[in-house]
Amino acid sequence: MSQIVIDPITRIEGHSKITIQLTDAGEVDRAYFHVTQFRGFERMVQGRPVHEMPSIMARICGICPVSHLVASSKACDEILAVEPPPTGADLRRVMNLAQMVQSNALSFFHLSSPDLLFGFDSDPAVRNLIGVAQAQPQLARDGIAVRKFGQQIIEWLGGKRIHPAWVVPGGVDAPLAVETRERILAAIPDALAAIRRALDWYKAELVRWEEEAATFGSFRSAFMALVDADGRVDHYGGRLRVMDADGGLLVDRVDPRPYWDYIGEAVEPWSYLKSTYWKAAGYPDGVYRVGPLARLVVADTLGTPGADAELEEFRARLGRVPASTFHYHYARLIDTLYAAERIEELLRGPEILSPRVRSHAPINRNEGIGVSEAPRGTLIHHYRVDDDGLVEWANLVIATGHNNLAMNESITQVARTYVKHDRLTEGMLNRVEAVIRCYDPCLSCSTHALGDMPLLIALVAPDGSQLDEIRR
Amino acid sequence: MTKPRLATVWLDGCSGCHMSFLDMDERLLDLAAMADIVYSPLVDVKEYPPDVDVCLVEGAVSSEDDLHKIRLVRERTRTLVSFGDCAVTANVPSLRNPIGTAPLLERAYLENVTLNPRIPLDVVPALLPTSRPVHDVVDVDVFLPGCPPSADLIFRTVVDLVEGRVPDTTGARFGR
Repeated sequence: MSQIVIDPITRIEGHSKITIQLTDAGEVDRAYFHVTQFRGFERMVQGRPVHEMPSIMARICGICPVSHLVASSKACDEILAVEPPPTGADLRRVMNLAQMVQSNALSFFHLSSPDLLFGFDSDPAVRNLIGVAQAQPQLARDGIAVRKFGQQIIEWLGGKRIHPAWVVPGGVDAPLAVETRERILAAIPDALAAIRRALDWYKAELVRWEEEAATFGSFRSAFMALVDADGRVDHYGGRLRVMDADGGLLVDRVDPRPYWDYIGEAVEPWSYLKSTYWKAAGYPDGVYRVGPLARLVVADTLGTPGADAELEEFRARLGRVPASTFHYHYARLIDTLYAAERIEELLRGPEILSPRVRSHAPINRNEGIGVSEAPRGTLIHHYRVDDDGLVEWANLVIATGHNNLAMNESITQVARTYVKHDRLTEGMLNRVEAVIRCYDPCLSCSTHALGDMPLLIALVAPDGSQLDEIRR
Repeated sequence: MTKPRLATVWLDGCSGCHMSFLDMDERLLDLAAMADIVYSPLVDVKEYPPDVDVCLVEGAVSSEDDLHKIRLVRERTRTLVSFGDCAVTANVPSLRNPIGTAPLLERAYLENVTLNPRIPLDVVPALLPTSRPVHDVVDVDVFLPGCPPSADLIFRTVVDLVEGRVPDTTGARFGR
């Protein structure tokens, strides 16, 4: 049996490669997504004081540090046995949504828009944000502006754009200054306009990608996300809802904390990324997807006017449970629109300037679980501590891990459709990578790691002779 | 005249330094006018090219892949910048050094697992016994600490370097 190796996958957030196994007849048998780095935070934090956990855990990922701050602080809230004051919780929501905006912008504009604008077979030399800036300056500038909008909110609230220490056990570190509120509110109209331009462009161009939409990881699976008590999307907390491919509810608004009742984690020897699976369906059949597409699928509504109108149009075009992973891009833009609108709503709340933003308490419990929506999906932090608050054990279930089975299924499907063993083209292999980009995997998070490497794609026949080779 | 050739590399870091690079915002386009980005996780070039003028290296050296990569980068780069605290001191990745790799792998793949507990060994690169700062492995020309270094500092340093000056890294600081 011969194999094709794509190493590294580029324009994604992390360190990985793909191997495509061919049968003796030269057909694509299976493709494997290998995550190739590992850091071991679950063990590294053992012995650390629990109050350090949000700041250490944020260092898992520089793309979504706020997600880890939020999930970690929520786990710490449980250990202190406190609820943050309502304003503290709302301010955490604002920062979490600001991060949703910047991370979604990175995925859509900086990493994926080159494929969408130039096509999957285009010249790799221009297939990047700088190439986009030359060909369609408004799209690139909007991408930079939307990401900047999210990052600036994080900076204005927390003092720095990456790894702020402002979300803490019990709430947030400081109340919202009135000037900060006004600055953010003043930036919202331009951000909304830029998000809408991207959304309009995407919808107008959707027809160009019909072939990819039909073949990019198009399969039946369940979807998982958090919703509030009324079934609206809830990125900060809420209850767990899982919907099957026919729109039936596998669980609805259950407490997500006993996650082990619902999902399991399996190891494959060829990847540092564990595969999370829906226990009731078993392994490896228990495939489900998380992230922007899942949030749109499972929620009854989003809850802000512009985003709900877009959700209605999305469902009119694609149905309630779209099969294709390609639609993550579309969902990601609507998720971004929602986040910007919701930030405005929260900042206009009557209590948002309240000075009560943090609850203080000693160690009151030995175990805590924090669950929230990260940009890429449901994130779970679970800690046990001793009576002095020193960490004894930690487990992290990361958004990208939930999608691991789906990512492997997707690349196999794309490889079977596009990869022709006797005639390799760069575009074929870019499509295999591009379906991974739809999921926007954060490999730093998922194995608690990151990195990258050179590419040599070699097609080797079963007798060992080299049939074809591509370098970039 | 050909433009200076700029590269950025991720080893064992959280990508926060690369995100801070993107936080240059509109100045990214100014930088692209000044230098060619010939290798980076943000562009589709898979093999580190020869004759790179300036390379920013994020992260510590933690696996066999990192080690191979940083040696290649050093060989092909004129000015190598140790970019951010993990590159400069091994920072967060080095929290594992007093523990050793076996207990980390056991926690993740034998203990916190529902099905098929085993330590991945196929295709994936082995971990080095310790996580090391970049200058412990290859020569470094410029140190730019910070978790992460701010976008302003990155812009100033990179502009100085591509224009051939000794960079002014005033204001660089560890941590915050």
